Amino acid sequence: MSSFDSLRDPDKCKAVLKLIEEAMQGQTLRFMEVCGTHTVALFRSGVHSLLPKSVVHLTGPGCPVCVTHDSEVAAYLELAKRDDVIIATFGDLMRVPGPGGGSLKKAQAEGARIEVVYSPFDALAVAKNNPGDKIVFLGIGFETTAPTVAATVRLAKEQGLSNFFVMPFHKLVPPALDALLSDPAMAIEGFMLPGHVSAIIGLEPYRPLAEKYGIPAVVAGFEPLDLLQAILLMAEMKRQGKPRVINNYKRVVADEGNPKARAILYEVYKPGDALWRGIGTIPGSGLVMSDAYKPFDAFDALGVELKECKPLPGCRCGEVLKGIMPPNQCPLFAKACTPATPIGPCMVSTEGSCAAYHKYQLDLSPGK
Amino acid sequence: MCLAVPMEVKHIDGDVADVEIGGVRKQIRLDLIADRPQVGEYVIIHAGFAIRTLNKEEAMETIKIFQEGWNLELI
Amino acid sequence: MGKKLLLDQGSGGLASHRLVADVFVRHLGNPILARMDDAALIRPKGPLAVSTDSFTVDPIFFPGGDIGSLAVHGTVNDVAMLGARPLYLTCGFILEEGFELDDLDRIVASMGQAARKAKVKVIAGDTKVVPRGAADKIFINTTGIGEIVVSPAPSGHRARPGDVVIVSGSLGDHGLTVLSHRQGLSFEAPVQSDCASLNHLTLKLVKGLPVVHVLRDPTRGGLATTINEIAQQSNVGVVLEEQAIPVKPVVASGCEILGLDPLYLANEGKIICVLPEKHAAKAISIMRRDPLGRDARVIGRIVSDNPGKVVLRTGLGGHRLLGMLEGEQLPRIC
Repeated sequence: MSSFDSLRDPDKCKAVLKLIEEAMQGQTLRFMEVCGTHTVALFRSGVHSLLPKSVVHLTGPGCPVCVTHDSEVAAYLELAKRDDVIIATFGDLMRVPGPGGGSLKKAQAEGARIEVVYSPFDALAVAKNNPGDKIVFLGIGFETTAPTVAATVRLAKEQGLSNFFVMPFHKLVPPALDALLSDPAMAIEGFMLPGHVSAIIGLEPYRPLAEKYGIPAVVAGFEPLDLLQAILLMAEMKRQGKPRVINNYKRVVADEGNPKARAILYEVYKPGDALWRGIGTIPGSGLVMSDAYKPFDAFDALGVELKECKPLPGCRCGEVLKGIMPPNQCPLFAKACTPATPIGPCMVSTEGSCAAYHKYQLDLSPGK
Repeated sequence: MCLAVPMEVKHIDGDVADVEIGGVRKQIRLDLIADRPQVGEYVIIHAGFAIRTLNKEEAMETIKIFQEGWNLELI
Repeated sequence: MGKKLLLDQGSGGLASHRLVADVFVRHLGNPILARMDDAALIRPKGPLAVSTDSFTVDPIFFPGGDIGSLAVHGTVNDVAMLGARPLYLTCGFILEEGFELDDLDRIVASMGQAARKAKVKVIAGDTKVVPRGAADKIFINTTGIGEIVVSPAPSGHRARPGDVVIVSGSLGDHGLTVLSHRQGLSFEAPVQSDCASLNHLTLKLVKGLPVVHVLRDPTRGGLATTINEIAQQSNVGVVLEEQAIPVKPVVASGCEILGLDPLYLANEGKIICVLPEKHAAKAISIMRRDPLGRDARVIGRIVSDNPGKVVLRTGLGGHRLLGMLEGEQLPRIC
């Protein structure tokens, strides 16, 4: 991959940084990324600390795990208690707190059987190795991850596995962006679009960002030079007053996305409403099992329901996710709400906006 | 939100491929991509599935846009 | 199928005696242990360094070592980090009924080998066999005793502005090796644990240099957690240079795939050394002459700004905070 080493080259990055400074003359740019991997990449690489003050980096609802709702956590923790159930999950969900502070980590300590897997496909092996048990895979993730779960469910059907189930908690990005932008308090001047979600959905779903809302948007990769180029493109589009959706991650993202992955996704799932932690219900922003795959739906097959949960008291994640409030201005930040005792979604995931601020930001004094 | 890494295809057997990066080898599935990669090509892996074959020419194209548009030396 | 361990063999009766003679005394025996009294008699010459640690690693065999060698190296290293010369070890074994006797033999043999290499004697021990399910195969506790050779001894409280931070080699090798052999995370990586006794090297350092402020081995929680501990204990700031921190490409790749950070992965054969900058070159040359310190380098410095915090300067010249590990690192997809 020597041809891509240049994407980390400090001199090349500094050259683009200089161009950003030039493009920012006499203007400001409040840009939001909606991908936790971008959040982490911006902080970890140090790009965040190098941006001119006129570029304000906001972190949106970019983590499909931390937006997992209390009601959803309560539902899978209920299943985890059953003797004949093994929960298979990505490691990301292990610490996500539910009502009363319960989590998979704590459930495991109380005797629940939980398998952390790297791929949903690995959960099929768990099902085959434990024929007397019911294996419930927790289907979290945005459009990137949902097809991998869908493909796994298809394989389970082909292989006639009757002890493999999925709890679909997937979330979709474009309806969430639309819901965010419908709030007039949102003052976003640019979107850094999620690279790997876009690899599946392509550019089309983002057109309204530029056309309806007049916001420049750039599909970006995750190397320092990718991030800086995307910021430069947003700044330039804003300066020229010509908002567009630009694909600056062509090595991975085809403009049309990945039609085969989408076909598999919508064979197994269909769109439905989804609950977002800290935000509430966003219509059409989730996935439910299509009729042909109903037998694999853990809700149906194992008789679980989503129950209503009270909103998280004092939590301002809704405003943080919308970029109205920086994480460190939330009254709970670093006090009641820390990575060890997270309350809202933004602190829950290691890549949530509050967790990233807590973990990577040097100057934590309020207002900075 | 979605960690994905490029890995080199070493061997293909039906819907399963052996891939490698930096000496780390893994088995992944190819169900989600329409065009089968060739051995030696790079695929982008997310949660044990390839979601795209890496396109080096288009990568170069992105870099060229910057090179020409902003008079930058990037390659 | 080999012979399996029975509850009888931990009963204290004849079966226990046979196990002790056949396995433990055979591999770990020395004149002090051979006396078989209720306690070992030692005659220390001066102040002692004492440390204890329990080992529960899963898997119990991994490339580069096993739970037995790890139980020796881990405790020897803890004692060595005080600049002390480790002399004696005690070991306690909790064994699960049904554990393969061949595996036990292999583990104790490897302990014996590690102890001889580190020049420490096992002078007391204990074995319990618990019913199936009451323990996971084998747990080992070791306590190490060493004689203090320098005063004041290196300590996490002694880092001062103007000091540099040196690391003896690449980070994360042990952590990634163990992870790659865990069930459910099947991947192959040509990497092996760095697990080794560091006492010979630490002695060369404390004897060859006029002053060593801190010696620590960055085990669980990795470099990031250990450096944070030093920053807090000494109430100083630490600035690390990301580019200077040695991480093998295979470890970096494995971490990228699993969404982990190599700076938080465990090491079992690495030293962090903090000392005044003017002695850095000598410290590096002492380390590099030893096979365990071949890749030694300066990775950062101690400052007075941001006391208690660790700042990482990135390759781009930016910076970020490097915090402590929150809990166990879990592989993630997002």
